Amino acid sequence: MNIDLNLKIGGAAGQGLQTTGMALAKTFKKNGFHVFATQYYLSRVRGGHNTFQIRISDSSIFAMTESVDLLLALDGESIEQHLSELNDGVIVVDLDVIEVKENSDSIFHIPMLKIAKDVCGDKIYSNSVSMGAVIGLLCLERSDLESVLKAAFKKKGEEIIQKNIDAVRAGYNYVKDNYPGGCKFAVKDPDKKENMMLVSGNEAAGLGALAAGVQFLAAYPMTPSTGVMNYVAANADTFNVVVEQAEDEIAALNMILGASFAGARSMTTTSGGGFSLMTEALGLASITETPAVIFLCQRPGPATGLPTMTEQGDLQFALYAAQGEFPRCILAPGTPEECFYLMAEAFNIADKYQIPVFVMSDQYLADSLFTCPRFDASKVTIERHLLSNSQLSASKEEYKRYKLTPNGISPRALPGQAGVLVIADSDEHDEFGHINETPDNRIKMNDKRMKKLEVLREEMPAPKVYGNPDASLTLVGWGSTYGPLAEVVDILNDKGKSVNLVHFTHIHPLPVEHTRKILTKSKKTVCVENNSSGQFSRLLKVDADIQITEHVLRYDGKPFSPEFIIAALKEKEVI
Amino acid sequence: MVIMDDYGKFETAWCPGCGNFGILKAIKQALVDLDRSPDEVLIASGIGQSSKLPHYLRCNTFNGLHGRSLPPATGAKVANHELTVLAVTGDGDCYGEGGNHFLHTVRRNPDITMIVHDNQIYGLTKGQASPTSEIGMKTKVQTHGVFNMPLNPLSLAISLDCSFVSRGYAGNIPHLTKLIEKAIQHKGLSLVDVLQPCVSFNKLNTFKWYSERVYDIEEPGYELNDRVKAFEKSLEWGDRIPLGIFYVNEKPSFEEHIEVLESGPLYKNIPKTELVNKLIDGFI
Repeated sequence: MNIDLNLKIGGAAGQGLQTTGMALAKTFKKNGFHVFATQYYLSRVRGGHNTFQIRISDSSIFAMTESVDLLLALDGESIEQHLSELNDGVIVVDLDVIEVKENSDSIFHIPMLKIAKDVCGDKIYSNSVSMGAVIGLLCLERSDLESVLKAAFKKKGEEIIQKNIDAVRAGYNYVKDNYPGGCKFAVKDPDKKENMMLVSGNEAAGLGALAAGVQFLAAYPMTPSTGVMNYVAANADTFNVVVEQAEDEIAALNMILGASFAGARSMTTTSGGGFSLMTEALGLASITETPAVIFLCQRPGPATGLPTMTEQGDLQFALYAAQGEFPRCILAPGTPEECFYLMAEAFNIADKYQIPVFVMSDQYLADSLFTCPRFDASKVTIERHLLSNSQLSASKEEYKRYKLTPNGISPRALPGQAGVLVIADSDEHDEFGHINETPDNRIKMNDKRMKKLEVLREEMPAPKVYGNPDASLTLVGWGSTYGPLAEVVDILNDKGKSVNLVHFTHIHPLPVEHTRKILTKSKKTVCVENNSSGQFSRLLKVDADIQITEHVLRYDGKPFSPEFIIAALKEKEVI
Repeated sequence: MVIMDDYGKFETAWCPGCGNFGILKAIKQALVDLDRSPDEVLIASGIGQSSKLPHYLRCNTFNGLHGRSLPPATGAKVANHELTVLAVTGDGDCYGEGGNHFLHTVRRNPDITMIVHDNQIYGLTKGQASPTSEIGMKTKVQTHGVFNMPLNPLSLAISLDCSFVSRGYAGNIPHLTKLIEKAIQHKGLSLVDVLQPCVSFNKLNTFKWYSERVYDIEEPGYELNDRVKAFEKSLEWGDRIPLGIFYVNEKPSFEEHIEVLESGPLYKNIPKTELVNKLIDGFI
């Protein structure tokens, strides 16, 4: 990694952080950089202190870093809060507008408001002035930023586009004429421009659902899961998807179970609080053997918790939610690419095993923007596992929805199909689906359902090993922590250490044999989780009898950075 | 031609003399009269004595959770709107546990026929007050008598502009049959609240009690689309209890708002996954 630059924009909600941040992130991607962008925001529409952070590099990056090179301060608090993060960097601020108490040599005043008024006749163009200034400080060409803004303001007409471009040029030129450090922060854009996507985890999950042929989505809005619902809704007309905002999460999951029962590929999206309301229907999905995909995007709980922050605190909840014992499946993507492919895989597993399948993300993965290779939609298959009309017509016996079979999976027909009757019941039931409370039947049906879990376990792939398989220290992680953990492995190995990462995306049923084969080889294991009690580590112990040596846990609402993990490893004297 | 035998005969777990038998008979008769074959019919139900009903006739069945008959019924109707979808529920199931779904399903207006076995008591849990139990009714739990205001399902539905609001009586099967037929034929959500004597736990609202009070609302000059009049009528309760269709407002059903359903049932729709590449291009 020759280039690694971190830009932070700080300000209040409503100041256009996201617009500025997005335009810059897109520009850097266009320049050919690898980009990682993340937002830190409070649960409010106006005010508060929020940040939009963009990291750029010439090689692949999937994590944020903590030291800041360029701070664009849109309020005084940005400087108060982030001055200490500045590593020989520069603070860009309009001192005409913002009163700065701190005295720092790093401060570089740009009269953005004045420039916007003078050049464009309106202060609203000051954000575009700031974007031009950033590009100027990095000594990049203006053209990519200008084309990004042209696309962004396409609908607003030529005049607005031109004013934004004028603002960019004025900001750029101001820096060229006035910044004393010259090209101190110059980054050369990579020669090789890869055909990469700039996409958030939530957008990737939404794309995955569309690629998987989702037909019905019912959900209740809840941060940070709402992005997926919004994304599918925005494309629903093109893809013939029905999206319904349910009155509550209870209705949402029950509604998709009805739709799935009648044959539509169905999903819901929620976060922990909403999922709490869904637990009853989770058991219903399992006992009625109705396929369902639940996109569970975590945030710190309990109750309302920290609505806009991140945590991996709901694994245990998803594993054990609802009364009784029944099969379920949990997948946890680590990158947007995995969000896309695992979402599609979730639908196939749900249809094949007729069980609820979770795709567990979190606020960090959901809202962060990543550059990644183009998704290959042709790799996605749609496997419905439904009986055909001719199979049904050829059958001599009356259709049994819960027919006992060696692998526990009963061939599935849809209501009204080829004249058959399909009966689903939340009570314990016989093979036809009618209530049956006899002990013999109970054992047969319970065993039938649980059998599916063991058959599925055989299908679950091994965790991914990043780095030398024989390394002396193994980091263990699941889901969204892939990026920072992989980077820690690279950093430490560059420094001569011997470290690898074992990363899990297929969480439950845990592929026990693969897991034991890989992890029993590890000399020393550190499980890194975004929660306070090491929930995944506990799962490894209970399911695979793997004892993790040490833990690195973070539960302050923030995601991991490589620096945080390395500092914790040093503190625990494992490196 | 569909006949009564197509719907089968089953042993039930209901008490002898229960009002549910009349409702079951009326539902079967209505489906036969409308020539709907069992495989075209889906009955969604919740939990309660009422919700066992789909197990006692041949039909597609989704016997889900307590209070939750309406959401799966709505989902199934969206997935396959060619099905005749009934939601069979009770006063506890629909007006208590599932109250929120009732409100919002009325707003949504899917083409579903709701049949609410309203016996003003909890039967399955053996005799506690329900949301429609009368003031003063003593039970094992309401030992001083019910003092919470009873819920008036018809007034509530009319206030929400439910597209079809009616009341039947389990003791008058021919009348109830006709009511259910009209409710099924109605495009949109139709509420059939059925007065249903509970012979085991409700010693107040008996067959005799109801029979002495009920009368047919149908009279010259009663306009089905007069919401205010319907609301006024729905408040009548006591010495005289009106039966029949109170209110009808023809309006587009939930499914009619969904364009993709015009070309056929959603579950048969072949996903346009080839368009995903176009979306992916937008991220490049």
